[in-house]
Amino acid sequence: MASQAENPAKTESLWSILLTFFKVGAFTFGGGYAILPVIQQEVVENKKWVSQRDFADILIITQGMPGQLALNSAIQIGIRLRGTAGGLVGALGVTAPSVIILLIIAAFIYPVVRHNEYVQAVFYGLRPAVVALIAAAAIKMGREILQGWSAVLLCAILLIIAIVSQVHPILILLIGGLVGLILGRRNFLS
Amino acid sequence: MISILLSLYWSFLKVGLFTVGGGYAMIPLMEAEVIKVHGWLTPSEFLDIIAVAEMTPGPISINAATFIGYTLAGVTGSLIATLGVITPSLVLLTLLSKVLLQVVRNPGAENFISGLRSGLIALILLASFTLGQTAIIDVPTAMIFAALLIGSLVRRVSPLYFIAAGAILGLLLYPY
Repeated sequence: MASQAENPAKTESLWSILLTFFKVGAFTFGGGYAILPVIQQEVVENKKWVSQRDFADILIITQGMPGQLALNSAIQIGIRLRGTAGGLVGALGVTAPSVIILLIIAAFIYPVVRHNEYVQAVFYGLRPAVVALIAAAAIKMGREILQGWSAVLLCAILLIIAIVSQVHPILILLIGGLVGLILGRRNFLS
Repeated sequence: MISILLSLYWSFLKVGLFTVGGGYAMIPLMEAEVIKVHGWLTPSEFLDIIAVAEMTPGPISINAATFIGYTLAGVTGSLIATLGVITPSLVLLTLLSKVLLQVVRNPGAENFISGLRSGLIALILLASFTLGQTAIIDVPTAMIFAALLIGSLVRRVSPLYFIAAGAILGLLLYPY
């Protein structure tokens, strides 16, 4: 990757990396893919820290590696600007608003309001809404990722194993990964 | 106290390590660890926390980790759980920073991840069924679920609108 060998034209301060990702963490709602356009706007268009092409590479890595999308992007961009320290600062920046806001809610707001009747009513409606979003996420991911009958079949078999056996989900993921590795290689060789 | 902090860290580290793709991809693992393995929360408490994590800014799993960690072990718990969920990203991306694109584009890794994602879809689907049993308890909640599921499949808008719709419908339809 040639782009990583190049030194950035000017050295960004860790403080500016921290602030930029703090802003991303504090002002993006909805999680997941909702955050990526905001990061792109900030680091490609406003700050010009990475080129459009490099950002595309960062996105490929972000989606292929474990972890949150916003966090993975922040760490990679931080590393490109200031090495490991930049990566840590990027992670701190994007995580800090979540921790601060959720601590305030968990410590001061939720315990006070949770038994209020109207708050109960709100959560009565929020629970099926969240389940709908989770089900929709599965269906949307399925449409995008399950291309070809073998992937659909694998998904169906793993679903049945998960329902019947009650094994830990990590085992299901590992079985899926290994089957993908084996089947993929066979296709590759034939 | 130390043992609950260690369990929190380890549980959320697993969530961070096996969540590929962000967003709701972490739901099945977090559900398994927090509800089934440790019994830290009931399914409805878990759903309430996910709803709060969705309507507050920032990544959902970091928000949820902070909230769940606080519920179990105060401020220290929230920091430990959050640290757990971000540790895999920090370690992998830092150690592999020079070769990331090669790693992700490696055919073996690609095949592994695509198989893993087939499993992930099965698990997210299953999680929506098990969590649905606590959320969908009567006709109004079934209607909210169906309307918002169809809505989110048909229209590509921010999940925040669906959360707002769920809150308003809950206020209107709750059996006071």
